[in-house]
Amino acid sequence: MAQAMSGRGKLTARLARHSTGIIASVLFVAPIVWTVLSALKPAQEARLPPLPPWPTTGFSLENYATLNSFGDGLWASAQNSIYVSVMTVILSVVVSVLAGYGFSRFRFPFKDLFFVLILSTIMIPFQSILTPIFLVLTKLGLHNTLTGLVGVYVTLQLPFSIFMMRNAFDAVPREIEEAARMDGAGNATMLVKVMLPLVWPGVVTIALFAFLGAWNEFLAALVLMTDQSKFTLPVMMTALQSGRFGAIDWGAVQAGVTVMMVPCLILFLALQRFYIRGLMAGAVK
Amino acid sequence: MTSIATTTTAPPRARKLVGAGRRQWIGLLYVAPAVALVMLFFVIPLGMTAWMSLHNWPLMGEHSFIGLDNYWAILRDTRFWNALKFTGYYTVVVTIAIFAVAFPLAIFIERQRPFTNLYRTMFFMPAVVGFASASLLWSWLLNVDSGLFSPAAYDLGLIDKKFNLLATFQPAFWSIIAMVVWKVAGFTMIILMTGLQSIPQDLQEAAVIDGAGPFARFRAITLPLMRRTLALALILSVAGSILAFDQFYIILRGGPRNQTLTAVYWIFNQSFVSFKLGYGAALSMVLLVVLVALSLVQLWLLRKPEGLD
Repeated sequence: MAQAMSGRGKLTARLARHSTGIIASVLFVAPIVWTVLSALKPAQEARLPPLPPWPTTGFSLENYATLNSFGDGLWASAQNSIYVSVMTVILSVVVSVLAGYGFSRFRFPFKDLFFVLILSTIMIPFQSILTPIFLVLTKLGLHNTLTGLVGVYVTLQLPFSIFMMRNAFDAVPREIEEAARMDGAGNATMLVKVMLPLVWPGVVTIALFAFLGAWNEFLAALVLMTDQSKFTLPVMMTALQSGRFGAIDWGAVQAGVTVMMVPCLILFLALQRFYIRGLMAGAVK
Repeated sequence: MTSIATTTTAPPRARKLVGAGRRQWIGLLYVAPAVALVMLFFVIPLGMTAWMSLHNWPLMGEHSFIGLDNYWAILRDTRFWNALKFTGYYTVVVTIAIFAVAFPLAIFIERQRPFTNLYRTMFFMPAVVGFASASLLWSWLLNVDSGLFSPAAYDLGLIDKKFNLLATFQPAFWSIIAMVVWKVAGFTMIILMTGLQSIPQDLQEAAVIDGAGPFARFRAITLPLMRRTLALALILSVAGSILAFDQFYIILRGGPRNQTLTAVYWIFNQSFVSFKLGYGAALSMVLLVVLVALSLVQLWLLRKPEGLD
């Protein structure tokens, strides 16, 4: 009797638990799904309130086509975003791996000063130094160029990614290096052939954060990219949503938001454990 | 084996030391690109901000030194103080709202049970979407004619006339809070979860044996042992909210009636809409001081518990 009771109690608890979980999950995921589905409606239908969220008059890619006709087009902004994000990933990985290795394995003058300097930039909000960054880029002839934007984005990633990489290199036992050195490996060979495979998870983590950071950044791109042909997706979509290209086409907004969200979601789902790892590293430090 | 033998004899060792000394210097080369970037895009701009704040600095034409005049002007700039006040209000409200949602979620997913990983992934998904994407998405959902909330409420008969959520301050403000909580709660949840997981299970069990109820356990064990995690989640939320811009720019354009202009938004307007670069720099210095002060509080809150170093 008592056992049956506790069995039923357990069942109720489990039921309560999963209904809570399912309801909360739906609340968090619904806006994303709603947008992705609505974007597939024909333009006529996309203008109406999204009830129900899925297309009722047939699937269509019309909204994506419309989006491509605004200004320089969706594809141009998407290319800008892809270029900026990929370059940010490559450069921040290269710079942080080198710096992480340098800070982990060598003693040189001003080492501690440089390390503290790089980490302390995390305290300074870049929003407060955008004007001078704009002037510095102008001086360098990088004003209104995607390359300039990449430089800024890479710098924003450095405190986190150098901290990550230094810790990753610190965790590699020195014996491995010494053994490789005995075999005649030079510094560069050592780093690429011996160390890199060992710190690989750290590299994936910082690459992921660099991509998401660059892909999603808005304010710096808004301020630094004044020429429409240089707009990244967030800037382009905001211009569209503000009615800069005439009446707001909500179908096109849904399509644009989908394009902005999907790469982030795919990368996150595929590399989730690296993402959580990065968060933990930040949280536990 | 032979290589070890040679390094233990005297002359090669001396040479190795010299080699090692030279090798150490190479470290400088490895960190040089990073240091150069930080100099170029952080240290120099930071110095320039301070320098520019002492000037009348239009976008075109000559700038002129005016001492502290920009700072005196800030003192009389009621709109900036209103923006700062609004930013503070927003920060407090949104941080409380985020914690109110994220803490229960963290407790919900803390222990490994069936489907926990799936739930955690679902809750976290909005956190990887950018603030700009999330703002654009919600500006659509909140739209009075083509959006979701107002038409849905109308169709369900909850309201007899379509209601524009973004037209007046209160509904607009709470819509933004809802959007930010949706976007950020999963992130805060993960941070809090790491704190919960670091609490030794036997401590909780011992308290249960001692007859402590769930609330007493939460207060006497969970909260004190999570101090550093709580502080971190709190600081991240506060710092992020003080710098809020995207959602207010994209969804509300600072409206209705400029009531939702945040500090960063006001600096943006002064610097890049009115092109008063010197004045914008002085405003930035004020924001900077606030944020650095906050970082110092953070370092103090995150200090290692005494005797545990």
